[in-house]
Amino acid sequence: MNWQQLPILQVILPLLAAPCCLLLRRSRWAWGFASLVGCLAFLIAAKQLHVIHNSPAGAISYQLGDWVAPFGIEYRLDRLSGLVLVVVTAIAAVALSVSRRLLKGEVPEERHHLFFAIFLLCLTGLSGIVSTGDLFNVFVFLEIASLSSYVLISMGRDRRALLAAFQYLVMGTIGSTFLLIGIGLAYMMTGTLNMADLAERLTMTLGSVYGEGASLENPALPVNQTRTILAAFGFLTVGLALKLALFPLHAWLPNAYATAPTVVSTFLAGTSTKVAYYVLLRIIFTIFGLTFAFQQVGLQYLLTPLAVTAILVASAIAAYQADLRRLLAYSSVAQIGYLVLGLSFATHAGVTAGIVHLFNHALMKSGLFLVVGCIATRQSGLTLESIRGLGRRMPLTMAAFVVGGLGLIGVPMTSGFVSKWLLVSAALEHDRWLVAVLVLVGSLLAIVYVWRVIEAAYFQSPDETGSDEVGEAPVGLLLAAWVLLGATLVLGVYTDLTVGLAREAATTLLGGGS
Amino acid sequence: MGLFNYWAVIALMMIGFYTVIARNNLIKTMIGLGIFQVSVFMLYISMGKVADGTAPIRVQSEVGATVYSNPVPHVLILTAIVVGVATTALGLALIIRIRETYGSIEEDEILEMDQQS
Repeated sequence: MNWQQLPILQVILPLLAAPCCLLLRRSRWAWGFASLVGCLAFLIAAKQLHVIHNSPAGAISYQLGDWVAPFGIEYRLDRLSGLVLVVVTAIAAVALSVSRRLLKGEVPEERHHLFFAIFLLCLTGLSGIVSTGDLFNVFVFLEIASLSSYVLISMGRDRRALLAAFQYLVMGTIGSTFLLIGIGLAYMMTGTLNMADLAERLTMTLGSVYGEGASLENPALPVNQTRTILAAFGFLTVGLALKLALFPLHAWLPNAYATAPTVVSTFLAGTSTKVAYYVLLRIIFTIFGLTFAFQQVGLQYLLTPLAVTAILVASAIAAYQADLRRLLAYSSVAQIGYLVLGLSFATHAGVTAGIVHLFNHALMKSGLFLVVGCIATRQSGLTLESIRGLGRRMPLTMAAFVVGGLGLIGVPMTSGFVSKWLLVSAALEHDRWLVAVLVLVGSLLAIVYVWRVIEAAYFQSPDETGSDEVGEAPVGLLLAAWVLLGATLVLGVYTDLTVGLAREAATTLLGGGS
Repeated sequence: MGLFNYWAVIALMMIGFYTVIARNNLIKTMIGLGIFQVSVFMLYISMGKVADGTAPIRVQSEVGATVYSNPVPHVLILTAIVVGVATTALGLALIIRIRETYGSIEEDEILEMDQQS
């Protein structure tokens, strides 16, 4: 068979399916259709990863409308994008297939078809960001994904969701406008938006980019030494840090995740920040290159302290949260610190650790939010007080939470251990003892916040006897949560799959960029 | 003229950004955000201008112009304008919902109401 059209299909399928959901109107039909599309998207992503893996170049390129690359828009997928796409679509497929049950009692039934339409648009945006090889396209897809996630968050039944969505909208728009400024400045100096072309022209001299006729003060100056490019890099990094919720720009995240419908926090926790991290990797390594970002600008002096602070401060804040989802959200901010820390080492081992953790954390955090969704189907309270004694009433659900929690801590046999192991060994490779110790301190803090949940669920008896009839969550939901969290257990033992792929992805990134 | 456009861009950007940060009223925040975005539109439109260039339209004539302004930034910014409109519309829609639920569009009052409940 001919698999050449897969890259465009990945993006266009959910895009076309979204308006179809509107036409279906009935909640059940729209849900069935959307889940089908989610599963198809996952199959396409899996097949694409297979094709990428087997292709000699380790990448596939798709020219939109057959316009040749630097002039037309190019979709370009290498191993990293293939891996991220699989994660995003897998989580979307799982979240969509259980969404109807989770939406009950959270979103009125007559609005379900709207919900599914916007969910699919969000998936379109996220897949588009990962697929495209054009910098301006990244901005457009980022806005599609962001705008639809603002809407999804505002659908939460808690009235605070409205303000959370509004605050996210303001912060997110500032972030993407920064991105737009950065892209504009880069275009101004190079005259191209294609990532590969941009990377090439940034290292050329001003004279060779502008040609003979241009009157330049200093034609021998490389483009990436100009102040405009420095400013572009600054704007791009800060804008993405906002989207990524890198400490101290994380203020929008806890409110948004804690008040959104549970299925939305399940989906976004595993995908949106991960995709922003992917774009950060692309911009730093593929476009600007290792030498520029780390030797000329010195990005590590900014990112390492911020990442470590994120790990410590956000974990500590998480330990003080009374609301389960807020606790998980602050834990997400801390885990983003681990991701960025891996990147800031700027070594092959560090980037590998970052990519592995992207994969593992997406599964863990989505699984954990899904467990919270399971609890929400049985009782309205989601605070530590209201889950007292839940370990006896919902043993399978809480066991899933324990598995995910152990993964967050990084206990051996879970996938969280694999990524922390890689991260610490990447730190020790260059004798960064202090950083390694601080990562371990972060894990200790993770023990504290995970323990608080376990203690409440298993070692405290419920206050009122009236709620004893609360039983297990619906089977389908439970199964979905166990699929995600079971996967983290499997990947904690069989590490070849993720680590092998991540190594190759890191090689492509570092090799192509420097 | 020189760099006048770019100074205007920076001035507008800072005015918008300050409004977003400093104002409590949600509508004023949206206005600030709008000004902030418009400054970027101006940046793109200014960068497309080529000195002595005319509009990028091919004219069949003997004295046809040889230098054209770059149309690409203008096309790009059209997309960004659409995105900006969508953002503003969504933001205002959210403000309407907030006003219906809380009866206020002052951020501190809303936060206070949430703390009490």
